Amino acid sequence: MAQIFRRRSNSFARAGLVAIVLLTGAIGGIAYAVYWSPWETRQMIPIPQTVPFSHEHHVYGLGLDCRYCHTSVEKSAFAGIPPTETCMTCHSHIWNKSPMLAPVRRSMADHTRLQWNRVNFTPDFVFFNHSVHVKHGVGCVTCHGQLDQMPLTWKSHTLFMRWCLDCHRHPEKYVRPENEVFNLNWTTTNQLALGRELVKQYNIHTKQLSDCSMCHR
Amino acid sequence: MTDDLRLQKDLERRKSNPQPAIRNPQSFWRSLEELSGSEKFQKSLHREFPPNASEFGNFNRRNFLKILGATVALAGLPACTKQPLQKLVPYVHQPEELVPGKPMHFATAMTLGGFATGLIAESHEGHPTKLEGNPGHPASLGATNVFHQAAILDLYDPDRSQAVLENGDPATWEEFVGAIHDAWQSQQSKNGGGLRILTETVTSPTLHFQIQQLLKKFPQAKWHQYEPVNRDNIREGAKLAFGESVESHYHFDKAKIILSLDSDFLYSHPNAVRYANDFSEKRRAKFPQTEMNRLYAIESTPTLTGANADHRLPVSSAEIENLAFALAEKLGAISKPESGNSKHQNWISVVADDLSQHRGAGIVIVGENQPARVHALAHLLNHSLGNSGRTVTFTESAQANWANQTESLRELVNDLRQNSVDVLVMLGGNPVFTAPADFQFAKNLRKAKFTVHQALHVNETSKICDWHIPENHFLESWSDARAFDGTTSIVQPLILPLYAGKSAHEILDAMLSPPGRDDYEIVREFWKSQNSGDGFEGSWHRALHDGLIESTSLPEKKVSLKQFPTDPEKQNSKSGIEITFRSDPTIYDGRFMNNGWLQELPKPINKLTWDNAALVSPSLAKRENLSNGDVVEIESENRKLEIAIWVTPGQAENSVALPFGYGRKSIGRVGVRAGFNVYELRTSSSPWIGNGAKLKKTGKTYQLVTTQIHHVIDSDERQIIREGTFDHFQKEPDFVAKDSASPVESDTLFEPKEFPYNGYKWGMVIDLSACIGCNACTIACQAENNIPVIGKEQVAAGRIMHWIRVDNYFRGPPENPQTTFQPVPCMHCENAPCEVVCPVGATMHDSEGLNVQVYNRCIGTRYCSNNCPYKVRRFNFLQYAQYDVASYRPMWNPDVTVRWRGVMEKCTYCLQRISEARITAENQNRRIRAGEFQTACQQVCPTSAIVFGDLNATDSRVAKLKTHELNYLMLGQLNTRPRTSYLAKLRNPNPKLSS
Repeated sequence: MAQIFRRRSNSFARAGLVAIVLLTGAIGGIAYAVYWSPWETRQMIPIPQTVPFSHEHHVYGLGLDCRYCHTSVEKSAFAGIPPTETCMTCHSHIWNKSPMLAPVRRSMADHTRLQWNRVNFTPDFVFFNHSVHVKHGVGCVTCHGQLDQMPLTWKSHTLFMRWCLDCHRHPEKYVRPENEVFNLNWTTTNQLALGRELVKQYNIHTKQLSDCSMCHR
Repeated sequence: MTDDLRLQKDLERRKSNPQPAIRNPQSFWRSLEELSGSEKFQKSLHREFPPNASEFGNFNRRNFLKILGATVALAGLPACTKQPLQKLVPYVHQPEELVPGKPMHFATAMTLGGFATGLIAESHEGHPTKLEGNPGHPASLGATNVFHQAAILDLYDPDRSQAVLENGDPATWEEFVGAIHDAWQSQQSKNGGGLRILTETVTSPTLHFQIQQLLKKFPQAKWHQYEPVNRDNIREGAKLAFGESVESHYHFDKAKIILSLDSDFLYSHPNAVRYANDFSEKRRAKFPQTEMNRLYAIESTPTLTGANADHRLPVSSAEIENLAFALAEKLGAISKPESGNSKHQNWISVVADDLSQHRGAGIVIVGENQPARVHALAHLLNHSLGNSGRTVTFTESAQANWANQTESLRELVNDLRQNSVDVLVMLGGNPVFTAPADFQFAKNLRKAKFTVHQALHVNETSKICDWHIPENHFLESWSDARAFDGTTSIVQPLILPLYAGKSAHEILDAMLSPPGRDDYEIVREFWKSQNSGDGFEGSWHRALHDGLIESTSLPEKKVSLKQFPTDPEKQNSKSGIEITFRSDPTIYDGRFMNNGWLQELPKPINKLTWDNAALVSPSLAKRENLSNGDVVEIESENRKLEIAIWVTPGQAENSVALPFGYGRKSIGRVGVRAGFNVYELRTSSSPWIGNGAKLKKTGKTYQLVTTQIHHVIDSDERQIIREGTFDHFQKEPDFVAKDSASPVESDTLFEPKEFPYNGYKWGMVIDLSACIGCNACTIACQAENNIPVIGKEQVAAGRIMHWIRVDNYFRGPPENPQTTFQPVPCMHCENAPCEVVCPVGATMHDSEGLNVQVYNRCIGTRYCSNNCPYKVRRFNFLQYAQYDVASYRPMWNPDVTVRWRGVMEKCTYCLQRISEARITAENQNRRIRAGEFQTACQQVCPTSAIVFGDLNATDSRVAKLKTHELNYLMLGQLNTRPRTSYLAKLRNPNPKLSS
């Protein structure tokens, strides 16, 4: 009986085996890359808004404090989005004819609410609290990035659980003095030593920070 | 498989060693099935969930493989979904006091049967999400009952009436105002002779004022009041005894001996929340435990009051009158030795002795269903025992105009019959459904020329009225109301009306002076006119803030006995059985029919859900060869009703209890087709007790669903319930610890390692002596934790979702068993059996000792619930949370995850409240103070039976109670080291009766 397969079939079979491994790896790799890519994480993608609000202009250009608009950041879980009234404290006087701000003026006049596209959010089963982070020396910039350089706002970090846990397990890598929390450009040369000091000072129970119940309820 | 094997073994063992028909008389039982040792019960005992819970219904192999294939193919797809973009919608003008993300609290009040209970409503960004009791309000003291807790669901009920209707067609409020005004004009000439107003019980000073105004304008007009749960007998009894209708107030905190004659003062009295608190004041665990009150109850059907009695005597309701006279005779209050009842002679004389030994510290209280004569007799007894003025005091009624409501409605019906009613305005209520059957209200209502009905739902009455006006929920409208003791509250809305509703005030105002003002103006103007001095603004704001107007409680009134009946009414001894009518423990008079929380709440004694049933005694069932779910025909006064029966331990032998409220024809999606309409048998001549009824088996059956044998734990061998008598406890304070089985510490494969709980250490103690079994905790937990409603079929499959259940255990003969209630939440075991079996780490321990469930990790293996000896874990077998009903969304607690299909859930010790308190404390750089926050079940409990707190804080109440001699662990012998413990139940039986 003649051979069904020729000699070179062996090579094809071996190459096939290698190809299966490589292909599986490649698919996995692509999936991984997609998962961590901005397409999935929405990181670094400026989110369009009805009114193209620029943090760069307001924070860097004008030097407004975060808390001027995000009033409840020290008191509540939610940092607060300014009501139309807050915008109009200035914009009834300056740029009060600008077509860019027409939706804001309309909101004020018709008593309809402005709608912003949300930039940073966690899933419904995660309960993040701004006040406790701010009180314990987590700076705005640590999570939200260099907002003073964002013409349109984008998400700076994935906000994935692994990212949260990095700080919850090693807060000393990130905490800063309480009075520097709202300073977007604060730096230190000796973060770890200062961090350890601050963790003690803030009375942060690092062990407890990785309990499930810290964020999930 | 292992379950089945174990069951098989157990059944074989039982077969080879048959149990006696009646087991150890000291042993507890959960249901009659258990008492008879049925196989169904054994099955239930051996499973994590009741039988059928984990099965998929009718399912063959082919379908299974199809679904399995589809599951595998589609499983990866959900991972590809990207979270959709969300919108942030800030205010235009943000209210000054509002902090986004923080709830605000407002005082308001809810009425039931007219009487107000002060509430504190929690509001998240403008939507109310939870109601709690107002600690400063005398009828609440911070607690509430099941109806108050469930009221929030009514607000968001998508089936509520949403538009003004004219003969069933949508119309506008303006059109209505025009129409009523036209109808009005014709009344001008007749002085309102054809005008009638029908309301429910009114305590609102503003509404009363408005009605007075109307009657002043139209002197011939008439105001009628009717509610099916009325207090006519109490009124007539007081009139009989004192010549005037005064309200009796009972001071259970001062009473040592209490005799209840068919009164359910712990649950269905208008002041029950307060009474339950006062009553348990002398029963709950203390240091030292020196005194305890004693409750005797005579009743025909088991109520919570009877279940909490130290001695309970089940007799038919009609016989109670004889017993009351026998007692009066024994006490020498009347001199007519006409005691025909020798059977209970001993019982009565012992009670008489006990009462007379505690003169001035006793209470005789009579239920609203007993005839006026018995009430008058009780007044006489309290008077002659010196209780009047001490434990029983009298005031005017808080009602605006306390009328005999049955007579009031009769007068209206007679006028309708004679065609003399032109305009009939009904504010609330549902008389077509609830009026006595002999009034033929529906038929007569059609004789009125112009009818208006205001209601929360388009109900039976709305359907045959010319105009229907949607009623504003009390959280949507301004009003005022008085509590049972007269304390007046302003009812403050939490939200603008969701639909085109109007309040009763607005309707009356539109009638008096069209186009009418809104209810805020009406209520405010009224109180402004009441304020003699200046400074109205200050007192108004104070009243709104406090939830009550200061010193508005009614002053005590001196009354003197005028006369009293001297011998019992001769009963024409009819053959047949007695039927008694009761308001339903969860849906009241039918008004909560469309409330899923209340429908699904197991009824306190028999744990029925979603239906009512005729409650018959075990002996009557045996005689008539009836079993649970058999449909019988009950004939009374030539009216017939087919209703399913439920064999109820403790029911009086020849008496059948019929809870009314069910069987509604016009209500929303939830309540339709549930239960039987008992009102069809209820007549004005026998509104509570009917004699000479006939009962006939029809051969049909009806599926009744009870949770009584769900989640059962073998109570006998394992000492689930510990109890003793007060006397025994005095002699042997450590009797609980003495015979508790303790765990064998070495029985573990793990290296014993102590985790130091250095921070907070949460724990709970539940005092079984204080718990009255009212279920308020179950429903408060449901409201707080977004627990879904699953429906009758799912409950029947054993999938009920409540995180805290109230088990009841019986002991003794089924004719008159002792009842013990035991609330069971998650025990938060330190050695939690559930944690070690989870393959994905979805149930974990945290550093404060909480056993936490992580929904996003859970893949639904259900190993944890299989391994939980307490059976407290609940699984979302289907998508129960109703994401698709838009109106429910603002109701959900935003601090708690809404669970989805396929995940396990259970009690979290209100983790969201712990977190909130911890964050607040940490932000202020301090520890959480003792009593700074409460769990939902603890907060609602009218008897403070549930105590929660930090075990490391030695000054906390919970830490102290953990050292009480009565403290015991449920299944502590398993070495699970539960954080929830119980205080053994103490009873205070009279030694003369217990032998």
